Parts: sequence; structure tokens; C-alpha cells
Amino acid sequence: MTDNPYRDDRGNNDRSITKSGGGVAQPVTSGQSSPAPGTPFLIGDAMTGGYGKGPDILHSCTIAVEPGEIAVIVGPNGAGKSTAMKAMFGMLDVRSGRVMLDGEDITALSPQQRVVKGMGFVPQTHNIFTSMTVEENLEMGAFIRRDDFRDTMAQIYDLFPILKEKRLQPAGELSGGQRQQVAVGRALMTKPKVLMLDEPTAGVSPIVMDELFDRIIEVARTGIPILMVEQNARQALEIADKAYVLVQGANAHTGTGKELLANPEVRRSFLGG
Amino acid sequence: MEFLNGLVFLTNFVIVPALAYGAQLAIGALGVTLVYAILRFSNFAHGDTMAFGTAVTIKVTAVLVAMGITLGPLPTALLAMPVGILATGLLVLGTDWLIYKFYRQQKAKPVILVIVSLGVMFVMNGLTRVFIGVRDIQFADGARFLMTVRQFKDWTGLDEGLAIKTTQAITLVTAAITVAALFWFLNKTRTGKSMRAFSDNEDLALLSGIDPDRVVRVTWLIVAALATIAGVLYGLDKSFKAFTYFQLLLPIFAAAIVGGIGNPVGAIAGGFLIAFAEVTVTYPLKKVLTYWLPDGMGPDGLVQLLSGDYKFAVSFMILLIVLLFKPTGLFKGQNI
Repeated sequence: MTDNPYRDDRGNNDRSITKSGGGVAQPVTSGQSSPAPGTPFLIGDAMTGGYGKGPDILHSCTIAVEPGEIAVIVGPNGAGKSTAMKAMFGMLDVRSGRVMLDGEDITALSPQQRVVKGMGFVPQTHNIFTSMTVEENLEMGAFIRRDDFRDTMAQIYDLFPILKEKRLQPAGELSGGQRQQVAVGRALMTKPKVLMLDEPTAGVSPIVMDELFDRIIEVARTGIPILMVEQNARQALEIADKAYVLVQGANAHTGTGKELLANPEVRRSFLGG
Repeated sequence: MEFLNGLVFLTNFVIVPALAYGAQLAIGALGVTLVYAILRFSNFAHGDTMAFGTAVTIKVTAVLVAMGITLGPLPTALLAMPVGILATGLLVLGTDWLIYKFYRQQKAKPVILVIVSLGVMFVMNGLTRVFIGVRDIQFADGARFLMTVRQFKDWTGLDEGLAIKTTQAITLVTAAITVAALFWFLNKTRTGKSMRAFSDNEDLALLSGIDPDRVVRVTWLIVAALATIAGVLYGLDKSFKAFTYFQLLLPIFAAAIVGGIGNPVGAIAGGFLIAFAEVTVTYPLKKVLTYWLPDGMGPDGLVQLLSGDYKFAVSFMILLIVLLFKPTGLFKGQNI
């Protein structure tokens, strides 16, 4: 998002989401899923991988979400938080480990196929169609659905009342917090089984951040499990049912948000005492 | 009376021709802008795509006329145009499959695609010339005038006359219908919206399950239709000559860029802006000024700012100024 007219600012500049070989990350090319009964609802199990031919960034990292939970991934800069989430969404190919969703092994599926399987993903940046209205953004979110999605849209307007008010306005004209709501709304239009948010509060003011967290909790109350990467570790841990602290691409601490908030080592190492 | 005479003169020789020419440029620029917005390159072959579509239409018109089928007062070419659109659609889809697809898969930079389209331009240029020749072809039939100078003078009693050619009227009506249909398609239909989404944020569009190949196919078909319509309208209004269509590329690109490339509204505004600038600057305005200025103050010279041979300089100047001072165009378009 730059105003410099000489710069190319199309797409979200993360070619790894959709194109093989275009970016540094190698996304999974389309494959088949296989049943994997008896596993957690969504789990990235012992994932190891990195970008391109580079060194491993994730080291046997495990992230799991159960229905009705908010799971957060926190950790210092460069810990591989976003990488772990991208690996679970198929944006980078894991060298070992598996990803399972709702009793199915989806490790071999491409990101698009995972969307069809019920993963909703909100990228960190460039996550809305800026030139299209809020309503059109939501319609595009529902593109894979051929049924009537008006009730889903009504639900999203209930969750985010401001979007209903601004539904005929181009999404690019909205404020940062409202844009994030559009982005989350767009991802919810497919009625995903799990919602993955990559730093939803990056770059918004503290007040807006609190509001966004409230909204996310509301989304979780509708029964959709949420996996979220967060910079603001303290707030994130406060709302988390389950939290993963990653350090250098490996699980350092795992527990409920409250446990980790109380954990002296976690507090000392990166909550600031 | 003096003022009205001057206005009628200006309308007859500047405003009406510029409106028709502007509409033709606008439809041409819409095609260029769509390719730029969705396929992300400046399609230099657009002028020759127009020429090809018009050439096919001319051939079909000849066949229809030979069979005795005409549209009465309207040009028969309008009846032949759907065939031209279809043939052009097949040509551009074939070109895409044979050439552009490869570069898309390589994720070639836009500048490479521009040069590729330059090559396509030369091939299409040759194809059209082999198909229909290099001559100047008049293919407008039916009634020549909607209103003649004589009728206008008798009706109003003014000294100056206003003639409206059938082709000018047809150009404006067809352009209005085409633009309305295109905007309806882009803003109201699922496919149209998916094209806009793809143009806005390709990655997110793919994440939303939009099929890029389908978007590309639909885009080419619409571009073929726009190119053929623009080419046929221009040919009806003036005449058809393969080389003229190649030259039209400059005003068309100027129109698209002035308006803001990638922005359909901008393409239309740009088309009219370029047309009015071109016609006004190259037409001798002496008579208008003589009418409008007080007695004795009329200019001695012709007040033709630029010889007609230099009309392309107008597009070029506007293009340069816009690129220097407002590279995104008058309406916010994408960046070059």
C-alpha cells in the first residue's frame, strides 16, 4: 500500500499464496487428501520446513486447534509464527510432518483446495479488494459457493455492524480496523470450519485493537475455531484458550493462555516481566 | 444570430466529428484498459485486432450485400459485425493460447509481455493485409445523412448548416449501448465482479476460488468485441485501411493513459478528451472567431493551430504531459 505511482503494488506481494515458484516459499501443489481419524480438529503435526532451498525455519513444530477454541501463536520476532501458520495453510511445503483437518490428512492439498475443505485464511496485508465495495468483497469471499449466501452475509453484518453501514463504500476507503473486519468477513463467507488470522491487529491503534479482539471473540462464540498469530502477546494470551510460544521455529511453551501468562519464564523472556 | 451561426459552424465541423471520433477512441481505449487491468500489459496489438475485426466484418458485409441482404437505411456492416466479433474472439483466444499463455506461466514481467504484444501486432498486421489488402475501403451503405445541411438551413433559417451523418449517429448510439452493457457486466454480474477482483488483487482472488483461466478467456472475448465494434464504427465513419488502424494505436493509448489506465470510466473520458483536442487543434477556426468576435476583429489567418498531418502530435503531447505530471491519469488508474 504505497502512494508512489511508480511502484507496482498489485496483489499482496506474497506470491507464495497461490503460485508455485513465484515467491520464496514453495506452496503445496494440488494433491489428494486421505482420512486421518482420531486426530485433533486442525493440527500441524511436527512440521519441519523453510522457504525455498533455504534452511529449516520450523523445527518439528506442532500447532493444534480444537472446536470452539481460540488458539494463538506468539513468540519473539523471527520465531516462525507466521511461517507456522503458512505451513498449515499450505503456503509452504513442509519437509516433514503432517497437517490434518477434521479427520483428514490435507498435507498434500494446495491452499485453494484447503479453502474448499473449509479453511478460512486472512493474510496479514493486502487482504481485501480495495477498489470493490464492502458487499462485493463479501460476495467474492463466497465465490466458491453456488448456493444462496445471503443469510451468511446477514450473519457477518450482525457480527460487524459497521460493515452493514458501509456496505456500498469501496473497501479501500475504510479505516485500518474496518478493513480488517472486511478481511475477516470475506474469509467467513465460505462458512469455514476453521479461521486462520495472520496478525489481525498489525498496524492498528490500541483502541481499535481492543475492538478487533472483541470481534474475534464474538466470531469464536459462533462456534468457529480460530487460529491466530499475534504480535501483541499479552492481549492475545488473555483471550486464548490455547497458546503456543514459538522460539526459533520450535515449540517452547504450550498451555492455556492463563497458564502462559502466569509462567515466570514466559513473562521474563518476552512479556516484559 | 452571429453567435448561433458560429456555434452551428463549430458544431458541424468540430463538435459532432469529435464526438463520433471520441466515442470510437473510447471503445478502443476500453479494450486496451481491460487488457491492462486484467492481463497486466499494454497490448500493442490492439489497433491491429481492430483492423482484423473490421476486415472480417467488411468481407461478411460484401457477402451479405451480394446476397441482397441489407439493413435499409442502416449500414449492412452492423449486421455483419457479430461475425467479425466472433472471428476476432477466436483469433485473440488462439493468440493467447499460443503465445501469451506461455509468458503468463513464466510469470513474465509486464515489459516482456509488451514486447511480445509488439510481435503479435506485426503478425496480425500482416494477417489483415493478406486477408483484405492494403487499399482504402469504403464499406458504409444505407442512408448517408440523418440530417443534411439543406434540411437544417430550411428548418432553422440560419446561414450556417449542420449535417449529421448516419455513421456519426450510429457511432454514438452503439457506443452508448456498448458502454452501458460493459459497465452492467463488470458491476452486476458474478463473472464481471470476479474480473474486477482479479484485477484488484490477484492473489486474494485466487484464494477466493476465482479461476484465473476463465477470467482471462472472458477478458479476451470482451476485448475482441470492443475492438471489432470500435474498428467497424471508425471504418464506417471514415474508411478502412489497415495502416490507419495501426496508427490509431497512439490516440487510443493516449486516451487510456490520460483517463487512467485500468479504469474504464477514465478510458471513456480520455477518448473524448483526445478526440476534442485533436479535432479542435487541427481545424481552422477562423470562421467561428469571425462570427463570435466583434466586427473587424476577426482573425486574418486560418487559426488552424496545427496542420492535420500533425494530428498525432496532439495525442503525443497530451500523453507526455500526463505521464510527466499525473502518471495515474485523470481518474485514478493503475500505474504504468
